[in-house]
Amino acid sequence: MLDGWYSLVDFMLPFPWLAHAFMKNAFMAIILVMPLFGILGTMVVNNRMAFFSDSLGHGAFTGIALGTLLGFIKPLAAIILFSIVFAGVITYVKHRSTASNDTIIGVFSSFAIALGLIIMSHSGSFAKYSSYLIGDLLSISQEDILMISGVFLGVLCLWFFIFNRLLIVSINSSLAASRGIDTLTSEMLFSAALAIVVAISIQWVGLLIINSMLVLPAAAARNISNNIKQYHFIAVFIALLSGITGLVMSYYWNTATGATIVLFASALFFLIFALRHRFLS
Amino acid sequence: MDDKQNSIMQSTKESACSRLCCTKIENFGVSFGANTIFANVNMHIHCGELTAIIGKNGAGKSTLLKAILGEVKHSGDLKYLDEKGVHTGHPCIGYVPQYLNFDVGTPTSVLDLFNSCLTLLPSWLCCSKKMRSRVIENLKKVKAEHLVDRRLGALSGGELQRVLLALALDPVPDLLLLDEPVSGIDQNGLELFYDMVSELRRKNDLSIILISHDFDLVCRYADRVILLDGTVICNGTPEEVFNDEKTRGIFKSVFPVASKDKEKSRNGE
Repeated sequence: MLDGWYSLVDFMLPFPWLAHAFMKNAFMAIILVMPLFGILGTMVVNNRMAFFSDSLGHGAFTGIALGTLLGFIKPLAAIILFSIVFAGVITYVKHRSTASNDTIIGVFSSFAIALGLIIMSHSGSFAKYSSYLIGDLLSISQEDILMISGVFLGVLCLWFFIFNRLLIVSINSSLAASRGIDTLTSEMLFSAALAIVVAISIQWVGLLIINSMLVLPAAAARNISNNIKQYHFIAVFIALLSGITGLVMSYYWNTATGATIVLFASALFFLIFALRHRFLS
Repeated sequence: MDDKQNSIMQSTKESACSRLCCTKIENFGVSFGANTIFANVNMHIHCGELTAIIGKNGAGKSTLLKAILGEVKHSGDLKYLDEKGVHTGHPCIGYVPQYLNFDVGTPTSVLDLFNSCLTLLPSWLCCSKKMRSRVIENLKKVKAEHLVDRRLGALSGGELQRVLLALALDPVPDLLLLDEPVSGIDQNGLELFYDMVSELRRKNDLSIILISHDFDLVCRYADRVILLDGTVICNGTPEEVFNDEKTRGIFKSVFPVASKDKEKSRNGE
């Protein structure tokens, strides 16, 4: 299915680290997913939702366990489905309750991780899931790539249509109401998109660090951006740069890819943080 | 109390509008669970009038604004009647919030804020030349065109308020809601802001509802004053309301000036 992509890579980028098919798959996945982390991260950071996106990782983890338990043929479908439901429920309860967001997310997050651990440890087979904690690059299959491409297009379309509304809601909910914006719907769509992106990435990024992928590029870009356009483009650039560098270096260092990407993203964050005064007007 | 209130309502021109257009708030009520914030609130606001809502903390002023905006579930109706007196549905509402709880580090420029409110073209592709000149036009109305590329976090309290006013005026609203800032703007800034509001009101024949804590400013700028405390306690011109027993009863400690002095300040100093 991806023969065209393989030969294109062989022709354009004849590097030793891209010789294997699984590296070509991983490269493709990174080119598609890292920009999504970048753009979704802008709103995660703006809304101080880092804890929320962290809990989505936990939700996805439980999705893995449930998917295996219920015998789904494709675990990814189960992960996505469960993550969306999980994110939707949190957003709804958050909207309806006056309790602090942290508390609500904390409750759901612990519930999800406990349920996941119980299912996984039930038959004493926890070890086979441990790859989900740190992620496994070899696990990206051709079907996954196709699915990721679909998600890439879907999230981009969604982002085109709901971004303005999300921005107003994040600035002031009453202002949003005066502009006729339905806060709950926008937030639901946003959290569903987040849930999907987290779900499709967890198998190669790993539960432990998936949140940094969302937070770091945007947090770094924020230091030197004067408007939303710069914010987006810089976040996407940082995400892609650290994604590709991390992939290459993890190949040579023989380390976990997700962790290596996060290492480079953190380094970029500190570099940009140190230089921020030169950029802000 | 209801009777009195009704008679006040009657005295302030009933159903048919004598002027061009008006906004009616009929039987508004909000309760959270068993806790009634306010009930049976009726208001009739003519175009070109500035109505100030006063009341103690917790009297339901901000909740009333949120109910008018539709952010909080409420009973009762909000009606807007145009020149011919035909019901023209929900009014277009402009809102100037008391404060924005945004993160001061947010990389959102004034232009981004306008673009997000005015179009569907996402701000991360911002902006067309047309939008930019439209925003600058809007900002000129409040003498803030130089702020177009400034980040929201880099604006002073007064500048932010002017920007938000300009935003609330595009598209020209039928009803403008102003939530006066409690802090962050000095007296001069507030007066500048209200002079601007008064001028825009005259020009565009706007109906304005203002929540205020500053009785001096209310006396100077409001056409009508409504005292809210669970419901409409008192409704009339500033003189009527501030000389009312009930108002004096509620604001025993804070009442600022005797009515004679107020008269003076109203007539210019």
